[in-house]
This record gives sequence, structure tokens and C-alpha cells, in this order.
Amino acid sequence: MTSVREWFDSGRHAVSERWHNGPRWMRWALIAAVIVFFYALPNREFYQWLGPIPTTGSNFGHVLFTVSIYVLLAVGLNIVVGFAGLLDLGYFGFFAVGAYTVAVFTSPSSDLKTLWPWMLALPLAIALTMLSGVMLGTPTLRLRGDYLAIVTLGFAEMIRVAATSSEFLKGQRGFNQIPHPPGSYPDGKPIFGVLDPRPYYWLVLTLIILVVIGVQNLNRSRVGRAWIAIREDEDAAQLMGVPTFKFKLWAFASGAAIGGLAGALFAGKQNFVSSQNLELLNSIIILAAVILGGSGNIVGAIVGGGLVAYLIERFRGIEFFGIELYEYRFMLFGLVLVVMMIFRPQGLVANRRRAAEFKDRRKEVIVGG
Amino acid sequence: MTTLLEIEDVSLLYGRIKALHGISLTVDEGEIVALIGANGAGKSTTMRAISGIRPVASGRIRFNGEDITRLRADLRVRRGLCQAPEGRGIFPGMTVLENLDMGAYTRRDRAGVARDLARVLELFPRLAERRKQVGGTLSGGEQQMLAVGRALMSQPKLLLLDEPSMGLAPMLIQQIFSIITEINEQGTTILLVEQNAQQALARAHRAYVLETGRIVKEGTGAELLHDPSVKEAYLGVA
Ligand SMILES: Nc1ncnc2c1ncn2[C@@H]1O[C@H](COP(=O)(O)OP(=O)(O)OP(=O)(O)O)[C@@H](O)[C@H]1O
Ligand SMILES: [Mg+2]
Repeated sequence: MTSVREWFDSGRHAVSERWHNGPRWMRWALIAAVIVFFYALPNREFYQWLGPIPTTGSNFGHVLFTVSIYVLLAVGLNIVVGFAGLLDLGYFGFFAVGAYTVAVFTSPSSDLKTLWPWMLALPLAIALTMLSGVMLGTPTLRLRGDYLAIVTLGFAEMIRVAATSSEFLKGQRGFNQIPHPPGSYPDGKPIFGVLDPRPYYWLVLTLIILVVIGVQNLNRSRVGRAWIAIREDEDAAQLMGVPTFKFKLWAFASGAAIGGLAGALFAGKQNFVSSQNLELLNSIIILAAVILGGSGNIVGAIVGGGLVAYLIERFRGIEFFGIELYEYRFMLFGLVLVVMMIFRPQGLVANRRRAAEFKDRRKEVIVGG
Repeated sequence: MTTLLEIEDVSLLYGRIKALHGISLTVDEGEIVALIGANGAGKSTTMRAISGIRPVASGRIRFNGEDITRLRADLRVRRGLCQAPEGRGIFPGMTVLENLDMGAYTRRDRAGVARDLARVLELFPRLAERRKQVGGTLSGGEQQMLAVGRALMSQPKLLLLDEPSMGLAPMLIQQIFSIITEINEQGTTILLVEQNAQQALARAHRAYVLETGRIVKEGTGAELLHDPSVKEAYLGVA
């Protein structure tokens, strides 16, 4: 077992060594190549050469959109869990607030009958999710311990119950005819239609890139340093003059806003939002994705979110000795997580910092402090 | 001499348990004041009350002429009050330099920070050798030095040290105490919590003895060093 781990680690070190010591242009070229690859991915002319990678059970473009939404969610949750070290078990609740805000203000089924265009509802959706993040965070983030985990879990469940049973939120019937994002091709056809999922995917991909650039800049600033300090030792951070509450709230609210953005994008593509979209386990899946990828690390969050969402979709329609794998997806992820926690608690893509933190925590467990 | 820190009748609760029963103490500018007492006497709790990571139930804390009883901990650091926490409390994933840099989090004067960094690395050559190593992999003694050095980086008027000699080899204990004296001679006032009463009393100008949340004795370091009951209880001599 150890030798497997050593082999894995040495391989990883070699890769990361080459990455950090290689010339700058090579890194940029590689990043550019990866981005081009993902923009090209939904085109049949491109993905038909990729063998078993495209999904068989469902349209690959739609799958890619779903995957990209998960990646966006993982990037957002990573700010909360990975950077600031706050355990948010109800992150999907913010996604729901975003999606429902768009639905309520744009759909003809809504009692409000405002019939806003999607573009107008988008900033409101982001603002409202952020506000709900602040409202949840203000009382709980002052307290130490696991209050936040419990409160966020309760929040997501509350949203689900409200969506299911409140007349205003339409339960399972949901909201239909939610408008798509604006924009049309030169020939007058709308870019964001029903048939072609690719523009939605490209939109999300572009937003992911923008969000990642923003988050990366934030992370390299004083804010980022404060987050790391809080995550590693909250008392010590405060003793160094870090206003911990303020920064925790910042992380929590920005994470919430990104969740809301994802929800709004989802509503804009899907055209339809109902309580059936609100599976509680989604919060856990996103959390699992962040941990799997390596929390505290943007690349890790992207890899984790992408991998988890892709694998879930890949399982769809595949039978294994007569068992539909998709049905067992949660069990499989549970297994993968347990194995990860044993062999690589810092995640697939971890940095030196995270590894040291985990070593430190293990030490604490052993001495019982 | 002007009073830098003044604690008046401070009580502190952990849930229902009262850990401090109305303690009062003062620290004058330029002093080293030691706080000694048995395990669980409330020494660390007193430090937490002063640095502000635990709210007090009653009483008043004045620092540099200002009432800071209800002031947030991070703002107290900006006023010039910095604690090196017990059990080291360094950032395990940050390198030595990053840890020291966190100590200067509240400061904007780059030149001053660079000067203090040079000074800390001079005080602790061991840290200078290991500047790129992550905190979590330092030895216990090195972490202790890092915690003290990091607190110094905030340029405190009053430095709170909670058991800086904990877990150190005798040689290093000597060294850390002489560094404490040196820091003090360079102008920083120090409130020192110590199990190592012998050393602490020898170095301190004044000292307080804490017993189950109450101050039971105070005096100059030399007085307490020769006090029979202190000798018996804390110095291990009958
Ligand atoms: N977080 C806490 N919750 C509840 N009780 C606490 C907490 N921290 C300390 N106490 C209690 O308060 C009392 C004083 O503890 P404190 O840590 O101040 O002791 P101390 O004098 O620093 O001891 P030591 O020399 O062992 O470090 C002890 O009885 C301890 O059990
Ligand atoms: Mg203590």
C-alpha cells in the first residue's frame, strides 16, 4: 500500500517539478491548449476522435453543460471550504436561490408576472444569493465550531421544503418558459435556443475562466493570506490582527454568489425550474468533488467538479453484470471518497501547503490535542 | 513609569465554569511581568482575556490609556498588543517567512517590516536557516521561536508570551529567556506566563501568582523568588 502511494507521489512530484521549473511560456502554452481543447470539445467533428470519452447515454453537449455547471459550483464552494476552511453542507441551496430568483421574475407561470428578460434577473439572482449568504453567515460565522455546517444543511433543506410545498414556488409543477439569455446570430436566429446546448456550455466555460481569474487574484492578495491563516488556525489569525469574521463572511458570501450565478445559468438553459431539480445530495456531491480534487486549490476544484459530474453522467445507461451503474452512483462516490481519505486526504491535486496542514492535523489527532 | 496595561477585577466564564474570579494586575511600560501558577490556574485564560479571543464576563481592561474591554481581538493587535499563543499556534502550511509575514499583517510600513524581519532573523538564527521550510515540519523548539518571532513582527508595545519555554531542551530554555530579556531591553514591554517559575522570576521585574482563577500573591521577581510559599509550591524546594 505504501509503495503504491510512494509511486503515486513520486510521479506527482515529477510532474509538479516540471510544471514549476519549466519555462513560463510553456506553462501558458499548456493552459491555452487546455482552454482551446475545452472550447472545441462539444463539436462532433472534434469529439468523435476521442474514443470512449463522449457519453453514449445522453447528448454530449448537454452533458458538457451539466459538467461545466458543476465545475462552476466547485470553484465557488472551494472558496468557502477550501480557502477559508468553512464547512458548508448546503451549498446547493444557493444554486436553488439563484435558479428560483430567475424563475420567479421571468417565468409566465410566476405569480409576479413581471416577465423580466433573463439578463435583468441575473444580477438580481446573484445579489439575492449573496444576501442570503450574508444573512446565514452573520449569526453563525461569529460562533466557533460546527454551527455553520448544521445551519447550512438546514438552509438547503428549508429551501427544498419551501420549493416543494409553497404555492408561490409552484412545487413539482414548477416554472416554465423561463427565457434564455439574449443574443442572436447574424441571420437572426437566437444563439441560446433549445436545440443547441453548445452556446450555453461556452457561456459557462467563459464565466468559469473569468471567475477563476478573479478568485486567483483575490487569493494572491491580503484577502487570500487572511483566508489561509483562518483556515490553518483561526485563533492565531485573530491574534495576528486578521478580522476573521469579516473575511469568513466575505468567503461565504462570494461562494454563495457564484452558486447563485450557476443557478441562474441553469434556469436560463433549462427553461424550466421545479422542486425536482433540488436534490439535497447535490450539496454533498459538490463538496465531495471539491475534497476529491483537493480543496484549497482552484485546479483541484475544477478537476474534482469536472471529474465527478462527468463520471455521474458517464455511468448513465451503462450496465455492469445487469446492474445499472447510475443507480449506485452515490455509493460509488462514497467508496471513492473513503479510499481518498485513506490514501490522499489532501485530494488529487494538492499543493505543498495543504499537505503540510494535513500532516499537522494528523499529528494533532495522534497526540490527542 | 506609566501604566501600559491595567486589568481590573476581570472575571471570565467558559460556559458555566468560572475560570477567572475577578483578577486585577498592571503592567508598566518597559517591564517584564511574569504570571506563574499551577496547571489550570487560569494563566492562559488571562492571556486570552487580554488579547481578546475570549470575552470577559465582567471587569475592565485598559491598554495605553484606552478601555479595550469590548474591543475586537484583531483591533487590539493594531493598538500594539500581540500574543504568542500557548501551544505555539503557528500556521502549519505556511513557510517560516510566510508565518513571520503574517505577524506583520496589520502593518503597512514596508521598510519597517523589512527591518523587523532582519531583526527577528538575527534574534533567531535557526529561523533564518529554515526560512523556506513549512511551519508544520519545524521541531517543537523551532515552532516556539517562530511563534515569538511572529508576534514580534507586529511591532507590539506589549508582547504577551504564553509559556515560550514549553517543551524546550534546557539549553534552549536558557536561550529563549535571554532573547526575552534582549527583546525587553530593546524597548518592548512583556507579560510572560511560565511554568518555569525559577527562570521567569529571575528575569521578571515583577510577578503575580495565580491560583484557581485568583491572584494570591504579587511582588518583585526577587521577592517572590525568595518567598517560602512560592518556593515550596512553584520552585520545587522546601
Ligand atoms: N475552552 C475551554 N472550555 C472550558 N474550560 C476551559 C477552556 N479553556 C480552559 N478551561 C479551563 O479553565 C481553567 C484555566 O485554564 P487555563 O488554560 O487558563 O490554565 P493555565 O493556567 O494556562 O494552565 P497550564 O499551565 O496547564 O497551561 C482550567 O480549569 C481549564 O480546564
Ligand atoms: Mg496555559
